[in-house]
Amino acid sequence: MAIVRMHNLFAAVMLAGIYSLLMASIFVILDAVDVAFTEAAVGAGISTVLMLGTLSLTKSREKIHVRPSIIPLIVVVATGAMLLYGASGMPEFNDPNAPVHQHVAPRYINVSPVEIGVPNMVTSVLASYRGYDTLGELTVIFTAGVGVLLLLGRRRRSKKANETEDSASKEPEVST
Amino acid sequence: MAWLGHFNYWIFVFLMMAGFYTVIARGNLIKKIVGLNIFQTSVFLLYITMGKVSGGTAPIVPEGGSEGVVYSNPIPHVLILTAIVVGVATTALGLALIVRIHEAYDTIEEDEIQDIEENANTLENSGGQAS
Repeated sequence: MAIVRMHNLFAAVMLAGIYSLLMASIFVILDAVDVAFTEAAVGAGISTVLMLGTLSLTKSREKIHVRPSIIPLIVVVATGAMLLYGASGMPEFNDPNAPVHQHVAPRYINVSPVEIGVPNMVTSVLASYRGYDTLGELTVIFTAGVGVLLLLGRRRRSKKANETEDSASKEPEVST
Repeated sequence: MAWLGHFNYWIFVFLMMAGFYTVIARGNLIKKIVGLNIFQTSVFLLYITMGKVSGGTAPIVPEGGSEGVVYSNPIPHVLILTAIVVGVATTALGLALIVRIHEAYDTIEEDEIQDIEENANTLENSGGQAS
């Protein structure tokens, strides 16, 4: 909540990092150690660094708005109520008979240590059974990386172009 | 006790709506990205809590054999591993866009950008009419 209210962006980003770390510890409690590792390294680490880098390139104060924002609040409350209504049909927390655990999970749990030979089931599912998903994920990261490089690389190029244009526009003056 | 069994969904909805509100109500672009991250994390929490089984452990086979061990569901973990990394990729792309916007407009506030755009449009229109 403090993140939403806060106008100092620097503090908001730091709070987001703490929130992410907290989320990672919750994932450990919920038995998702691999996810917790990734969340702590990527969510709390890399995201925070990226945001701090952006803040250093831009401004770190948010403009304080005076206009009341009642419409977003209504939209949010309505969506939340609908989600809660939908969630009331979900299986209860900790329920071992939930539909999620019935379909392919037993096969992965029972067979994957024998088939793949890796004791960590998350690793074997990620790299072997769902290898194409991981390949698609890599494609997404590659695309994002290319996008970032294009967006940030063009600036340097345009700066260089401006400099050369400036020097080019100066040279004729000198020659005449 | 029925509502207590759905407590994880309540937390999920609360976090998700906090992030959603940040995205749609705040004019600051970095704030929007932070809100998007909160939104994402709430979805991660939803999936991970769905994979939890009471009395279960992390889905790693212990060294001394796995007789009678209850594991949590590994599939949501795999999906969320992928989602976290993709989420960071989108965050990086959004932040790069913000840096570019800041260079072009010298502001990261949505309404200020809109003002600048409108001013530019009116200038263009008046220029077109004059010529």
